[in-house]
Amino acid sequence: MDTKNAAVKLETVNNTLRAAITGEIDHHCAKNIRQEIDAALLSASPDKLIIDMSNVTFMDSSGLGLILGRYTKAEEVGTAFAVQGAHGRVRQMFDMAGLDRIITFEGDVKK
Amino acid sequence: MKKSANTLKLQFCSLSQNESLARSLAAAFVMQLNPTVAELADIKCAVSEAVTNCTVHAYRDAVGPIYMTMHAYDDRKVKIEIRDAGCGIPDVETAMQPLYTTDAENERSGMGFTVMDSFMDGLTVRSKPGKGTKVTMMKKLSALPR
Repeated sequence: MDTKNAAVKLETVNNTLRAAITGEIDHHCAKNIRQEIDAALLSASPDKLIIDMSNVTFMDSSGLGLILGRYTKAEEVGTAFAVQGAHGRVRQMFDMAGLDRIITFEGDVKK
Repeated sequence: MKKSANTLKLQFCSLSQNESLARSLAAAFVMQLNPTVAELADIKCAVSEAVTNCTVHAYRDAVGPIYMTMHAYDDRKVKIEIRDAGCGIPDVETAMQPLYTTDAENERSGMGFTVMDSFMDGLTVRSKPGKGTKVTMMKKLSALPR
């Protein structure tokens, strides 16, 4: 089976929390990723949260909820928020849901 | 639609780890027809949405059977039926509206049916409260290059 459940690597540099997600984001793994990012966000109180999606290989609408939820959480604690590296089908999903009008996308974005 | 050239019938539990299993099996079945990368991605995403709906909404805190039947036709159409015997949907039309969700607290986006509708070429949802829901999706694959 060629699926790889999503995982997240967290790193804080210069008061920016970078959450680099790899693999396939679906409902099964979204909850764990959400909890890991939220715990780091609350403990580090960074100036900015960046979700790096360069290495996300699949995302269904569970990913939309995950990203919108982190955006909302960051807003609540006064942390700037951006998504980096959303490409291809992943970016298409954000556009379809209208999140491109709410969330800042940075970096290597290919439609 | 011509006679089905191949059919695969599956039954699995409404466990969240089966979401990736279901979309991988759908991709493996459709690969026989040499789809494009984009077509394969469309089908995987639509199947993932439909199976997630069964896990999250149809059976909620319980575990029940999900029935997935896939047909491949000679005219390069693929039909995928995903059925549950869960709680059913009282108002299908409302449930299919973009951003509509009954599970906002768990960060469900309410985009599942919109994704299925956008990525497939046909979507039918039949449901009876207390009986279950059947989602039927159709995809017409592009002609093979000569």
